[in-house]
Amino acid sequence: MTSPLEQKKIKITQPSVVTANRTWDGAVIYRTAGSRWSTDLNEAAVVRAADEARSLLAESVADDLGAVGAYIAPVEIDEGGTIAPGNLRELIRATGVTIGLPVQESVEV
Amino acid sequence: MPLVKGGKIQTDEYVHVADDAELPEAGAVLVSATRFLADPERVLRRREKVGVIWPNNRDVEDLVPYVERLALVALVFPSFRDGRAYSQARLLRERYFFRGELRATGQVLRDQFVFMLRAGFDAFEVKKQADAEAYAQTVKRYSVFYQPTGDGRVAAPFRRLQLRHSESAGL
Amino acid sequence: MYAYDEIDRTLINERVSEFRDQVKRRLSGELTEDEFKMLRLQNGVYLQLHAYMFRIAIPYGTLSSAQLRRLAHVARRYDRGYGHFTTRQNIQFNWIKLAELPDALADLAEVGIHSMQTSGNNTRNVTSDQWAGVAPGEIEDPRIWSEVLRQYTTLHPEFSFLPRKFKFAITAHAHDRAAIKIHDIGLRLHKNEQSETGFEVLVGGGLGRTPFIAKTIRPFIHGRDILSYVEAIMRVYNRYGRRDNIYKARIKILVHELGIEKFAQEVEEEWQQIRDGALRLDDDTIEDIRSRFSYPTYEKLPHMPEELRKAAHDPLFERWRRNAVFPHKATGYSIVTISLKPVGGPPGDATADQMDALADLADKYSFGEIRVGHEQNLALPHVARRDLPELWKALDKIGLATPNVNLVSDIIACPGLDYCSLANARSIPIAQELTRRFANHDTANLIGRLHINISGCINACGHHHVGHIGILGVEKNGEEFYQITIGGRADEKAELGVLIGPAVPYNEVADVIEDIVEAYLALRATPDELFVDTVKRLGVEPFRERVYATR
Repeated sequence: MTSPLEQKKIKITQPSVVTANRTWDGAVIYRTAGSRWSTDLNEAAVVRAADEARSLLAESVADDLGAVGAYIAPVEIDEGGTIAPGNLRELIRATGVTIGLPVQESVEV
Repeated sequence: MPLVKGGKIQTDEYVHVADDAELPEAGAVLVSATRFLADPERVLRRREKVGVIWPNNRDVEDLVPYVERLALVALVFPSFRDGRAYSQARLLRERYFFRGELRATGQVLRDQFVFMLRAGFDAFEVKKQADAEAYAQTVKRYSVFYQPTGDGRVAAPFRRLQLRHSESAGL
Repeated sequence: MYAYDEIDRTLINERVSEFRDQVKRRLSGELTEDEFKMLRLQNGVYLQLHAYMFRIAIPYGTLSSAQLRRLAHVARRYDRGYGHFTTRQNIQFNWIKLAELPDALADLAEVGIHSMQTSGNNTRNVTSDQWAGVAPGEIEDPRIWSEVLRQYTTLHPEFSFLPRKFKFAITAHAHDRAAIKIHDIGLRLHKNEQSETGFEVLVGGGLGRTPFIAKTIRPFIHGRDILSYVEAIMRVYNRYGRRDNIYKARIKILVHELGIEKFAQEVEEEWQQIRDGALRLDDDTIEDIRSRFSYPTYEKLPHMPEELRKAAHDPLFERWRRNAVFPHKATGYSIVTISLKPVGGPPGDATADQMDALADLADKYSFGEIRVGHEQNLALPHVARRDLPELWKALDKIGLATPNVNLVSDIIACPGLDYCSLANARSIPIAQELTRRFANHDTANLIGRLHINISGCINACGHHHVGHIGILGVEKNGEEFYQITIGGRADEKAELGVLIGPAVPYNEVADVIEDIVEAYLALRATPDELFVDTVKRLGVEPFRERVYATR
């Protein structure tokens, strides 16, 4: 998927979250409503409008020590409220590579 | 921004004069390239210490006629990623024999000190206080260098030959 | 093998200390990511989809068994038990933690391995022919000059902040296995009429968004002048390369915009000023570097030893021997290519166990030396032909004897969207499926030499532009699509491939490749006519028709 790191304008067409990588180990993380980071997508704060997204992103980016490369990523939410990745790139980030590997472990959650 | 010169933080004796401001009667002045080239004689007249800020996207060759008379050339790193001033520095030192103060300005972090010294800089307008304070320690990070520049440090190929010669001479 | 001396080791260790300090300052908040990013890139540390990726330099693709074992150790201790060999003879680890990187680097430094300048806008690994020093017909070992260049370009104070990355490659053979024509500076070592060693210098090759084949800037520069000449090129580039647009910042764009004549003139003018300076190489200096390359003492061995004669009855051994074993300049010896393209596997990967086992085999059968090729395979460069049967058995046991070298299933692929944050689409699963479709080695041999290159995005790390068949992942409405090119080559006849038609979706790519191969088999003039020559002869049209007739 075209790298969202090249996003210039923020456009929200579906529910979204802010995601990044944890600075010290590179793990995939999501911004929570409590201004923290979690490795669990289902703890992520969901935004539905551009200005909400912008302010959540700004606050995330401000945490330069804890996280690297924050951006806005689409999600899908089912009737039960479970959050799932909204595109292939986010699916791969959440669940790991799609290929069989010799000693593959899933990403630590 | 702290100025590091002669290995330590010093106050800047140069006064940076804006393009539209009058030159002070006396004292060291630092002017832009535009102002300087508009009337170099006027700037240089009756003044011992004149410095020019030279942009990194302009050929240093234009400054060459004046290098003997300039006490300071300040080169610019608009971003620490932009390395054009390293070439400018080496040319000024090694090709045009500029002997005055060669100052690095703009975005200067401690991680560039060694590169800058090797390219011929001897003064640094450092972005962060902590980096300026760490100067003395930082410049000792590397003791070996592969390539010769004009900085006088012995580069690896020569050091190796020196070692071989002294070995064979039984030293 | 090049033996590092005190100076080389000191530099690596000082670099590790510096990086340890930089990581500490990053993790304490003293350095922002914006400030740190460039520093980590200069040490080969990328941020990827899941984690940091760590790229380690393997200068001109040469490794000792001790070094390979240490790479295995890093894979186990700091990563997830495997590594990926790249199209620039480097190795990458995909799950490394930033906080542990300084320790990993310290472990590597002990065996003379570093990661300096494997990323960032500086001069990267100087790559060369993976058969350097052992190929018949080679003029001189290009690794000596690669090492000269490596030292010259390492932590060069003037050229560490270039407009963009800068890549060198050197070949010393009529058949270019180093792909010099797609490098920023390509050097072809040869001798002039006076039998003096020198280089044809080519500049401005490179793939990515705007691919270019390198142009000759100077047909011959004497060996002693190579560093000053390179400095002249680099200085012109550092001063005048574009910095306003990262897609127009490579030297290929500067060469294109100035024109090769004007560019050559600028370089010449600069070079005239410095040619007699400190960079002029004297014979002593070259000899010093040469003397620290050690070569095996080859025995006098027969070309057809008894062991080989006996093993010829085993069809599986013979199939592998005919595919993966190549002539050596010393009689009785051979170069063995180790395929890292097992059927169904990710191309170019090796597990820590495989690395350790291969290190042992290198000690036993190859004077302790291993090579890395830009095709993402490895090689054992000094194997006695009498040892081939035993070697093959051992390789087969550890899954390193797939007899598909240079065949359709010997695919070059970038990591793609499974790993890389720049990617539009996945590349590894495409490669895996293709190896399954073409798993039959008889079929693969029938098809003959056919290089498939897959890139997951326009940055072209899979070198798809110069694949016989090139596959480029693009994105269309959130789905993975792939553009197919044919007719590219990376060797001395380097050429860019031509697009055959509109992009096809993920699940059709393997079918399309099968169609292309079928078309080739039907159209080739003789069984010996290679795919890439059939394309040259007939053009793209017949293939386009075949593929898009039903699509």
